[in-house]
Amino acid sequence: MVRSGTLILSVAARLLLPLQLLFSVFLLLRGHDEPGGGFIAGLVAAGAFALYFFAYGQYALNAMLKVSPRDLVAVGLLIGLISTLPAWLAGEAFFTAQWWSLPVIGIKVSTPLFFDIGVYLAVVGSVLTAITALADTAQASDASN
Amino acid sequence: MQLMVLAGLGLALMAPWLHRRLGERSALVMAAWPLALAGWLAFQGPGILAGDTLLLEWRWVPALDITLTFYIDGLAWLFAMLISLIGAMVLVYTSEYLKGERDLPRFLVIISAFMTSMLGLVLADNLVTLFVFWELTSITSYLLIGFHHQDPAARRSAQQGLFVTVGGGLALLAGLVMLAQAGDSWSLAVLIQRGEQLVGHELYTPMLICVLIGAFTKSAQFPFHFWLPNAMAAPTPVSAYLHSATMVKAGVYLLARLHPALGDTTLWEMTLSLVGAVTMATAALLAIRETHIKKLLAYSTVMALGALTMLLGIGTPGAMVAFVVFLLAHSLYKGALFMVAGILDHATGTKDVTAMGGLRRVMPWTAGIACVAALSLAGLPPLLGFVGKELMLASLLEALPYGGLVLALAFLGAFLTLAVAGIVALKPFFGSLGDTPATPHEAPWAMLIGPALLAGLSLVCGLLPGKLDGLVTGVVSGLGVSDPNVHLALWHGVNPALLLSLASLLLGTLVVRYWDRARGVLARFDRLAAFGPEQGYERLMAGMVHLASWQTRWLQNGQVRHYLAMTLLTLMALVGHALFIRHPGPLAFHVDAYFHEVVVAGLMAAAALTACLMRSRLAAVAAVGIMGFCIAMLFVLFSAPDLAITQLLVETLTVVLLVLVLFRLPRFTRLSTPLERCRDLLVAGSFGLLMTLFMLGVLSADALPRISDYMVANSQPLGQGHNIVNVILVDFRALDTLGEMFVLALAAIGVQAMLRFHADEQSDPATPGRRPDDG
Repeated sequence: MVRSGTLILSVAARLLLPLQLLFSVFLLLRGHDEPGGGFIAGLVAAGAFALYFFAYGQYALNAMLKVSPRDLVAVGLLIGLISTLPAWLAGEAFFTAQWWSLPVIGIKVSTPLFFDIGVYLAVVGSVLTAITALADTAQASDASN
Repeated sequence: MQLMVLAGLGLALMAPWLHRRLGERSALVMAAWPLALAGWLAFQGPGILAGDTLLLEWRWVPALDITLTFYIDGLAWLFAMLISLIGAMVLVYTSEYLKGERDLPRFLVIISAFMTSMLGLVLADNLVTLFVFWELTSITSYLLIGFHHQDPAARRSAQQGLFVTVGGGLALLAGLVMLAQAGDSWSLAVLIQRGEQLVGHELYTPMLICVLIGAFTKSAQFPFHFWLPNAMAAPTPVSAYLHSATMVKAGVYLLARLHPALGDTTLWEMTLSLVGAVTMATAALLAIRETHIKKLLAYSTVMALGALTMLLGIGTPGAMVAFVVFLLAHSLYKGALFMVAGILDHATGTKDVTAMGGLRRVMPWTAGIACVAALSLAGLPPLLGFVGKELMLASLLEALPYGGLVLALAFLGAFLTLAVAGIVALKPFFGSLGDTPATPHEAPWAMLIGPALLAGLSLVCGLLPGKLDGLVTGVVSGLGVSDPNVHLALWHGVNPALLLSLASLLLGTLVVRYWDRARGVLARFDRLAAFGPEQGYERLMAGMVHLASWQTRWLQNGQVRHYLAMTLLTLMALVGHALFIRHPGPLAFHVDAYFHEVVVAGLMAAAALTACLMRSRLAAVAAVGIMGFCIAMLFVLFSAPDLAITQLLVETLTVVLLVLVLFRLPRFTRLSTPLERCRDLLVAGSFGLLMTLFMLGVLSADALPRISDYMVANSQPLGQGHNIVNVILVDFRALDTLGEMFVLALAAIGVQAMLRFHADEQSDPATPGRRPDDG
């Protein structure tokens, strides 16, 4: 059912994808102080991939992603869990945020940031899993029809 | 010490690796661990038995006052010693018994995990820790009973054992919590000092009943006795270890442990001695019917457990001494006999004693061991079993004034035990050579050494009972007997107990002589089994399945409409209860709203109405989309940009997903009758009305302190972020978010599984590999 789209869509998707992904990373990183955050950024990224998927079909999307969306979910969950460990090492209660500032560039790095990255990956992975699974069945019933 | 015990879990993890490196010898290597533990215990022995106690503390969950503390007094020491010593023997025995078994590594994993949990159970000081280990033994036992999982009978027995013991475990948990409440401490060492406070407490009766249910299920007391004989589906080393020497004694251990805390009341004495005696007699009668050697032994184990419970119920110093000696004797001879049963099974290929005979000539060593162990089981001199039984009868006679019935039941148990011992020792080894499926042969040393050591110990301890005085004194003093004066001896002179022993010998011999006829007589009562507790268990299980399928059919009939109605109705009941009954308050009917807000709200209402009335799916989806965008707009108007962005993105992705789904759906038809639609309208309408009232109620309840004020004030100082929503998500409420992430992942997996399953059902098997991204 889902095949390559029109020329306009294809070109637009190709051009928009990097911008959208860049925007999603921007949202992710600024999320702690300005509107944004892992969940929103994840949805934006998923939207970007969905656009690409409509333009080029499922195989192209799989080829570009190179990893299974399910693995993205797993990695996201793992990062989320790992981000709780520094608090444990510091002897504080579970999930207590830890902040460090990188000496040279002066950027604040924290466990909530890593946690947010985990959220981001889990959201992207879940949405893409659902989309590819639905597309799969569509493909399968197309083939059997 | 804690590390030494917990090392067992590490060993369990290493077992498959060890097995790959060492093959069958891995079991022998693993036996070094329980031996090392036994060595450490032996080193501590003299001090502990002289009355010292060890309290090894390790704070585990300090916030909940849960510690991994080990409290070692005489009682714990004796149990730990038995567990590690017999455990080592069982491992050695296993190396031969399960030779060539493909799943040997799995067996080794579970049995070391079991050993650890059992040790943890008897050594634990904290009630929570004790309970955790208690449940662990149930689970490992389940895995071991169902070890041959290809066999449906084994699976069924494993499940039965699990349900009975874990069900009792639940009661035990309640009992332990009440115990801690009443005694004001989670520590056993403290609780056993506070006996009077506990006995006088108003929760005493419910607490005792709960604890007793836990202990009785675990130790297979009447009416929960039926699971233990079925557990004989397990490999024989498991039966020897779990279901005779260790796990089933956990319940008895718990009762003995709590005797100083909860004992010495009429309720305790009556319940324990009666249940114990009834268990003894029931098991004895059931045992005589069996010809399956392991089941015979299993019933005699139930008998022994009944005897132990009964002795705890009597509770006099004499009974306590008898308890300890009987416990020790039973562990020794029953371990040995089960291992002998395994040898016989191996050598002859059958478990039916009537099929065996005359094996004395082929298997002289096995025959010797079996006879010694069986003599101890029968309670004949000069074995430890005799000392134990004499003490038991003597303590029963002491308690005679109220114990007539108990004594009669115990006597019945005693002479039938003797008959069981006779059958087990005589039938397979004497008489003419039976016709067995396999050609009998003597067992290898690794299978003989364990039972030989155990039987030898029974003999040595029986000949020199005086040597045990110190041990028994040490253990009994932990049972709340203040001034134990223990002098064990083989010969007490002619006394009533000895006369009872003689009478039981006579009757027992008669039963062995006329065993076949006795079986015939007892078989006539088989119909009674239809009213037995096992049938009750079956009914209960069947009833549960029935109930579950009924409520599933009713609640989850596959119609989304139905699910929605259920969810909404439940929510309505809860919200309505909160709104009108628990917190009745004024409703703020006067709400300030700008004109544009009213316009957006009106648009939403119109879109909702359209979505309901549309006959085209695409139009309905579009209408729902309008609603979503209106909500996003409201978020913007109330300056919540994060929520607005999220809402917009979610709407967009929903459209993507719906597009993928929409064209696959069948033609739009009306599936419901007008009446059903009216009903749905009523549910939906009243839900909307309730939610409106709820919002009005919330608006008027402005006086309540609001958590959002805290969030706003602390977002920057504590969370180092200006975006409050994000700080809440990744810092203040990060645990919730983590939970949500797991929900998300589960949902994705669920979608995929459902679609895959559906696609596989439909797909043509002739064209595999249609989906290259598989896996």
